[in-house]
Amino acid sequence: MRLNALRLLLLIVIVASWELVSGRVISEFFISRPSVIVGILREWTVNGSILFHAGITAGEAFSGFLLGGLAGMTVGIVLGRARLLADVVDPFIMAFYSLPKIALAPLFILWFGIGMDMKIVLTGTVVFFLVFLNTYTGVRNVSRELVAILSLMGAREWHLLAKVVIPSAVTWVFAGLRISVPYALIGAIVGELIASNRGLGFLLADAAGQFDTGGVFAALIAIMLLAFLLNTAVKYTERKAMPWKSADETREVTI
Amino acid sequence: MSSAVVEFENIGKLFEAGRQAVRAVEHVDLGVHDGEFVTIVGPSGCGKSTLLNMAAGLLQPTEGTVRYRGVPVTAYNHATGYMTQNDHLLPWRDVVGNIAVPLEIKRFPRASIRERVQALIDLVGLTGFERSYPAQLSGGMRKRTALARLLAYDPETFLMDEPFAALDAQLRVNMQIEVRRLCRRLNKTVLFVTHDLDEAVALGDRCVVFSPRPGTIRKIVDIPLAPTRDLLRLRHDPAYVAMTAELWDMIAPSLAATGGEPV
Ligand SMILES: Nc1ncnc2c1ncn2[C@@H]1O[C@H](COP(=O)(O)OP(=O)(O)OP(=O)(O)O)[C@@H](O)[C@H]1O
Ligand SMILES: [Mg+2]
Repeated sequence: MRLNALRLLLLIVIVASWELVSGRVISEFFISRPSVIVGILREWTVNGSILFHAGITAGEAFSGFLLGGLAGMTVGIVLGRARLLADVVDPFIMAFYSLPKIALAPLFILWFGIGMDMKIVLTGTVVFFLVFLNTYTGVRNVSRELVAILSLMGAREWHLLAKVVIPSAVTWVFAGLRISVPYALIGAIVGELIASNRGLGFLLADAAGQFDTGGVFAALIAIMLLAFLLNTAVKYTERKAMPWKSADETREVTI
Repeated sequence: MSSAVVEFENIGKLFEAGRQAVRAVEHVDLGVHDGEFVTIVGPSGCGKSTLLNMAAGLLQPTEGTVRYRGVPVTAYNHATGYMTQNDHLLPWRDVVGNIAVPLEIKRFPRASIRERVQALIDLVGLTGFERSYPAQLSGGMRKRTALARLLAYDPETFLMDEPFAALDAQLRVNMQIEVRRLCRRLNKTVLFVTHDLDEAVALGDRCVVFSPRPGTIRKIVDIPLAPTRDLLRLRHDPAYVAMTAELWDMIAPSLAATGGEPV
């Protein structure tokens, strides 16, 4: 409670000094001012444009996130369990991994046009590698003792996957998903910046094109809120997916 | 010797961890008969766990052969159930979930799993902790969960590595009685490692005494107690008292060698 009060105080100080500095010390053209930004946000909310554009971006980011996350998990688990295959494809994966994924945008535009598909694929590609690498590490770190114990009980590969490998790797999967959130938005927004007539990225580029600094800041704030939502969703799913973790976190430490 | 279930034939094991090589056991010859309860005692690091690992097929000997019912053990030996020295429970499953694992693997129907698991939880005295995760249990409770899991698996041969080491005296006697009774009734073959000489005598039909590393069998003693025995009254049994004393005398010299001087 006290923490939140302090946070609110800090926010008020920042906004107030922004308002004061703007137009007096630094030209309003460059930093706009909070009151103007709030006005723009209100206007966008009233005419519904913010909801429309945010919905587009959220849809792209979320679909790409899901697509890339699932593919990353699957490939991570398969390669994590199949040593030879992993060794064979390793250099290829690393080559693709080192490639800045944004550089693929023009190719994806050629393939998928400038609609939502292209942003979903771009986002998915970015998320894929992060989740894949984490899952792979997680699967490789599975306790060999636990695998041995269950194998001794006659467990087959799918038993091992369901009872040991996946639950044990899921911590890593979520670590990958959590760091993917901002990158998922990068994929979606950059996609929109490059080629689009919809979405928060478009809103941003449009405002900037008209030298509307207030609009730019308003779009940025909307993006921030979206990132916050996505983060919360991942954290919530994480808690739901790993009940033993929250039991562990709330447990008092004894050694 | 005809009905040996587990046979160790001139077993030796050399662990090579990098530059350092450790000879864990040497020249171990041991046959465990059908339905026999064999206890193993010996100083720490003499290769007791190593032998159990070999019987389970998790580890291959560097010399000799381990046979199970006459067949060399080269892969996971599913006829054995192993209660390891460390409990190795699944951290993401609660007590019920952990005990249910072998039953799920054997594809028991859900209702029967629930029933069996509950019966086992009551047996090992974990009632009320069904939904606790291993991290929330005490060491002894984790051991009991592992024991219940072993009983759920219900193998032909039990490999138990210090299963009762973390239990209080009373619970320990209860579990000893329970395990001995169950194994007798179901005619299980048991290899049971312990550091407690009283336990080794009380539970075993035979007791194998190991030397310090590299572990060799110093002596195999037949325990002169009835197959069905009242563990609570053993203290008053002269044969039991004499037997534990004999084991003590056998172990004591190696204690003196490691610095156990009179004080
Ligand atoms: N996986 C391994 N790799 C290398 N060395 C090992 C391994 N397992 C056991 N050893 C070595 O083999 C020896 C015997 O180990 P083991 O665990 O069988 O002893 P133990 O008789 O069970 O001892 P304790 O009573 O302390 O459990 C030890 O010296 C140990 O260092
Ligand atoms: Mg041991």
